[in-house]
Amino acid sequence: MSTLKKVLETKKEGLLNIYCTAGYPQLNDLPTIVNALHDAGVDMVEIGIPYSDPIADGETIQQSNAVALKNGITIDLIFEQLKQCNKNIPKIVMTYFNPVFKYGLEHFCEQCQKVGVDGIIIPDLPLELYQSSYEKMFQKYGLSPIFLITPQTSRERLKFIDELSSTFIYAVSSSSTTGKSTGINEGSTYLSGLKNLGLQHPVLVGFNISTSEDLALVNEHAQGGIIGSAFIKHLRENTSPQEACHTFVKKITSC
Amino acid sequence: MKYDVDEQGFYGDFGGAFIPEMLHPNIQELKSSYRKILNDDAFKKELSSLLKDYVGRPTPLYFAKRLSEHYGANIYLKREDLCHTGAHKINNTLGQVLLAQRLNKSRIIAETGAGQHGVATATACALKGLECIVYMGAKDIERQAPNVSRMKMLGAEVRPVHSGSKTLKDATNEAIRDWINNQDDTHYIIGSVVGPDPYPDLVTQLQAIISEEIKNQMDGLPTHVVACVGGGSNAIGAFYHFLEDETVDLIGVEAGGLGVKTDKSAATLALGSRGVLHASMSYLMQTSDGQVIEPHSISAGLDYPGIGPLHAHLHDCKRVLYSNVTDQEALDAANRLMQLEGIIPALESSHALAYLEKMTFNSTDKIVINLSGRGDKDMSTYINAAT
Repeated sequence: MSTLKKVLETKKEGLLNIYCTAGYPQLNDLPTIVNALHDAGVDMVEIGIPYSDPIADGETIQQSNAVALKNGITIDLIFEQLKQCNKNIPKIVMTYFNPVFKYGLEHFCEQCQKVGVDGIIIPDLPLELYQSSYEKMFQKYGLSPIFLITPQTSRERLKFIDELSSTFIYAVSSSSTTGKSTGINEGSTYLSGLKNLGLQHPVLVGFNISTSEDLALVNEHAQGGIIGSAFIKHLRENTSPQEACHTFVKKITSC
Repeated sequence: MKYDVDEQGFYGDFGGAFIPEMLHPNIQELKSSYRKILNDDAFKKELSSLLKDYVGRPTPLYFAKRLSEHYGANIYLKREDLCHTGAHKINNTLGQVLLAQRLNKSRIIAETGAGQHGVATATACALKGLECIVYMGAKDIERQAPNVSRMKMLGAEVRPVHSGSKTLKDATNEAIRDWINNQDDTHYIIGSVVGPDPYPDLVTQLQAIISEEIKNQMDGLPTHVVACVGGGSNAIGAFYHFLEDETVDLIGVEAGGLGVKTDKSAATLALGSRGVLHASMSYLMQTSDGQVIEPHSISAGLDYPGIGPLHAHLHDCKRVLYSNVTDQEALDAANRLMQLEGIIPALESSHALAYLEKMTFNSTDKIVINLSGRGDKDMSTYINAAT
């Protein structure tokens, strides 16, 4: 069983998943950050593989992607760095279709398996294409695909996504790009309805969670929360990434 | 038609809708309704009336006598530069604004490179009283100042984009993000035959009027049709009704920038490889790690690292020949047209004109050049190049 599946089965509430961008703020910070997040009590990490044209991302993550690319990050280097992330914490990679496609999907999956990646989020990978071309490949390398659902996703698609999933489903708090500053309150009706969607797989909620209150609200209605932009901002404002991990986790879980 | 998009939104291997889940409802709504709306009689009537009386269609197919003598062949110019707003872009924006009204959308967003699509969108929105926001790269805002002023005068808000190369690619990213964040009331008018399915086909259908008119205006078939290609909307418009006339040579001219052997170019088919940009599978200029390369062209409208999926398909099945010319060759061609015909072409269209230098002719050849736009917006570039 993958580390990710184990965590999902043993901890049924309050899961905390933190997103960081590989190569940011400094080129080789990834192992320090992942290991520190583990030590700070985070349950799983989502590692962003930078892309030049991240259309689903707001300004904060766009900027971290641009800085990381400028720092010289590459996919091969990320796999090297992942080998140094030696703490026992589930790892999910998040990127866009083009970098993976250009790198070669099978080669990419193989490398993921070698360095202990459990899951992949590719927001612009069409479900039908995944099913027809990549599902078997992902399974072969023990990778769980993690799909997004939104308040506008139809019942029919929810069912399809649930069937294609093998670990958890990523519910976005509102249909938006990442890191909107408005908070998640306006989506609270949606959040409270998550449990009634009839999904077989657990749900983690992401997008626009920036305070401990936001996270507490999410935890009432889902198995956990995913935080990206707020953490990237915190990294930007602190000189020591290691310290930043600890202070951020303390702050975000204070409610 | 043999080259039309299939049910899944693909042209051969190219196209599709590589969109995040957040965009799914918008794209689904558009996909399920656009063909029906485009074929609706009331829609067709309203659009063709506007194209005639507001845009000034059909645009002339002008026999360029002195240019023909210069090259020793029969050269015709399809005068899209005489369209209202100065380029073919209005064919698409009027159609899409009428479509947006039928989808009950009150807010229009668009991206623009040279500003021609932005101006054409702002114009159509003013005509129909719709809110209009145009995303434009900060670098393009600088080099296409007259069009920025025009958009503002027409009531549009121009939002500068500072990410990436600060050009068309980045403006497109930003427009897509806007659409993700404003789904209910907003229609995104994409300016070229790029983007997720159904946009490449939607824009193709709206631009196909160019080749439909050429066919009606010519006595017999041309031997060649030549058009410049960035994303490729004017080229598809000029090629579409000739695609199945296999005797007609179709030539797309990309922006070579400083040359395809330098790192300052925008010739996607010469330099690119397969991948996904702006949500469709096509060719694009990218690194071995799949990062999109910032292109270069003197012409803001061709300064794009991708190309529409139908062009990628026509390239692969060899129905269209894609070539490229440099910045300097385009400038020289512009000057030639100014002096031989008294027409100041857009820098984009000058790339098509420059291809004449690379052709060998029979005296009976009938060559149509799609003169996609006029050069008012490029005056400062032309003036700087002359001094």
